[in-house]
Amino acid sequence: MIAEHVAFGIIAAVMVASALRVVTTRDIVHAALYLVIVLAGVAALFLLVGAEFTGITQVLIYIGAVIVLFLFGIMLTRSDFDQDEETDHKRKFPAILTALLLLAVMIGALVDRFGDMELDAAPQTTAEVSDELFSQYIVPFEAVSVLLLAALIGAIVIARREEGG
Amino acid sequence: MLLNEMLLLGAVLFCIGVYGVLARRNGVLVLMSIELILNAVNINLVAFGAFHDNVMGQIFALFVITVAAAEVGIGLAIVLLLYRNRRSIDLDQVDLMKG
Repeated sequence: MIAEHVAFGIIAAVMVASALRVVTTRDIVHAALYLVIVLAGVAALFLLVGAEFTGITQVLIYIGAVIVLFLFGIMLTRSDFDQDEETDHKRKFPAILTALLLLAVMIGALVDRFGDMELDAAPQTTAEVSDELFSQYIVPFEAVSVLLLAALIGAIVIARREEGG
Repeated sequence: MLLNEMLLLGAVLFCIGVYGVLARRNGVLVLMSIELILNAVNINLVAFGAFHDNVMGQIFALFVITVAAAEVGIGLAIVLLLYRNRRSIDLDQVDLMKG
């Protein structure tokens, strides 16, 4: 039990520190690399509460695919702007205020409602997830696969050069 | 482990993401902040799934991951088009439809 708390504390601290770097660092490539740490932390948390399939999917999709997409995006849009002093808005303080107020409201609501409820993490196996996914949720599953296909075709159409046709 | 540990971490990540969306001017960095927000949501979904001993939370998190992947694909295509047309991905300069 103690080990679980210690593991959670370490992962959470690393994640929050990295997430703060993602939104504050001047170098855009560094931001992408800090994002990898946050995403790996999320995957570790999923494994910690016994969500094995989602944890592995998180690593495959996010760290494997999405980050590579981001790095391609960064490479293809490289300009002097990346290292600009003014990467942050002039409206930085309203943004901090908004985030802090939102955080205060959420913490207040969560502490009030879920004060000291215990989370006993019984592992949810891949078999259970797939049984549920391919019986009760088969229609949303197919719909989301069509959505993904449509989105990727749309991305190709948007990013294609005009003179190509 | 307490349920609130996961939920509070989710809330902190969500608010960091909101700050990033509001404060960043670079289009790619705004998309990264949106990823932070979506991951905070996934943490909550999986935590509640484990709390209620129900795989529904995991399944919904999987749907969110899929939609996030689609969103990043479209978002980066738009940023790329923006860069090609304007040689800059500064979102402050994208004010064509500003009233």
